[in-house]
Amino acid sequence: MLKIEDLRVNYGGIEAVKGVSLEVPEKEIVTLIGANGAGKSTTLRAVAGLVKPASGHIRFDGKDITGLPAHVVVSLGITMVPEGRRVFPDLTVLENLKAGAYLRKDNIKDDIQWVYDLFPRLKDRSWQAAGTLSGGEQQMLAVGRALMSRPKLMMMDEPSLGLAPLVVKGIFAIIREINRQGVTILLIEQNANMALHTAHTAYVLETGRLIMQGVGKDLLKDEAVKKAYLG
Amino acid sequence: MGLFQIILPYLLAGVSVGGQYALMAIGYSMVYGILRLINFAHGDVFMVSGLIMVYMAQALPLYLSIPAVILLTVLLGFAVERAAYKPLRSAPRMSVMVSAIAVSYLLQNLALYITGGLNKNYPAIPWVSDSITVLGATTKRVTIITPFLMLALVAGLVVLIRHTKIGMAMRTVAKDFETSQLMGIKLDRVISFTFAIGSFLAATGSMLYFSNYPGVIPTAGGMPGLKAFVAAVFGGIGSIPGAVLGGLIIGVCESIIKGMDTVLVHLGLIRSPLELATFSDAFTFVLLIIILVFKPTGLFGEKTTDKV
Repeated sequence: MLKIEDLRVNYGGIEAVKGVSLEVPEKEIVTLIGANGAGKSTTLRAVAGLVKPASGHIRFDGKDITGLPAHVVVSLGITMVPEGRRVFPDLTVLENLKAGAYLRKDNIKDDIQWVYDLFPRLKDRSWQAAGTLSGGEQQMLAVGRALMSRPKLMMMDEPSLGLAPLVVKGIFAIIREINRQGVTILLIEQNANMALHTAHTAYVLETGRLIMQGVGKDLLKDEAVKKAYLG
Repeated sequence: MGLFQIILPYLLAGVSVGGQYALMAIGYSMVYGILRLINFAHGDVFMVSGLIMVYMAQALPLYLSIPAVILLTVLLGFAVERAAYKPLRSAPRMSVMVSAIAVSYLLQNLALYITGGLNKNYPAIPWVSDSITVLGATTKRVTIITPFLMLALVAGLVVLIRHTKIGMAMRTVAKDFETSQLMGIKLDRVISFTFAIGSFLAATGSMLYFSNYPGVIPTAGGMPGLKAFVAAVFGGIGSIPGAVLGGLIIGVCESIIKGMDTVLVHLGLIRSPLELATFSDAFTFVLLIIILVFKPTGLFGEKTTDKV
């Protein structure tokens, strides 16, 4: 579904991504793990259209989307849950969800209900300003907001960041549920343990290069991965 | 004559000029809210709008020239943004500000070139410019119309921002460029729209303002522009109710200072006028310094949301 070929991205004068190639098959959960500064976020940002790649190709459903602006990428069915959640703090929960459906002209009522079914907590708080939610609730809202664009592919940047372990568990359960309902997921995480348990396929990124790939559960047993990322 | 009769015309004039400042202050405030840019060209767009009216009214009947002025001012605001600010979208904020100052001088000099620096008589708008008597005070009808028109426009604007899709986009872009883009919002469109609204309000403000003055000169946008800017800062830049309140307070205070001599003489506190009216402009800028020292976020400045 998503195919990245030899992607190179310069970021602030340095080459943050140095020739990454990876593939996200339809209906799968793929994870990209690696230490801070490995180039995970930059890779996602390049796909989302927030940064322009220096070279390489990004294809989505066979269409070359390299360097397209963010709003076009969203309209093609790729959405991103940004790092640190980035909900709109002054907007209500409901308005945040509506913002997620900004490009849609059809009826979004059913999808709001869908998101509320996934996250009943959001329904209770629909009139509250998003800035007043707890970290976990904000993450739910960020995911719900991303789903409102009816994506085929949802990219998630560090969904577990800064959340309590129990909340992280809940978020990952929801990720699997969303995936079961047909949304393909590309997930980047520093919490390698959780990510590898969840993902079908995993890639390991180190200083801008892919160093390993395989089935998520296999990587969990890999000695090198264990040593470097699972502690 | 009672004290009230003496103060009333100053109060009316203050509310009126305050309403005109408010209309302009909203333009400063909205642009700042989205781009974190103090649009120094805003006062000059206001002046150019006045000049457009002068020339339009010579060629067209008023019912055509008024909408034409509004349309052309909106186009001017849009063009300024596209030409001078958009290319600098990822540049440091200081560069954009310098660009704004450049546009300000450009517009002033263009006006100087076209008018030859002469005062251009502003056309009298029938009915609006007529004199009327309110509670014994003689004034132009525009003085009474201004605050009501201003409040109606502000109410419309608030509805637009709260309850429409583009209004929601304006609120998200003001908070977070990047995440707004991830929602599929086109930044440039939202920014252009913001400038269009600011210019529309400036055009309306300019018609009301210049109806009270004999004419337009190339520097005519400077003082009202600065005062509207102070009003925006006073109210808390980025906040629309703040801009309105700031504009009204500054307008009323200025006007009362202008009338202070008459009042003091009437009360018998002084024998001869103290020429206090000279200080009415100074007041505004002293106010700016006081706000910046004691409450830089202004009356309704951006509040931080607390967790509940």
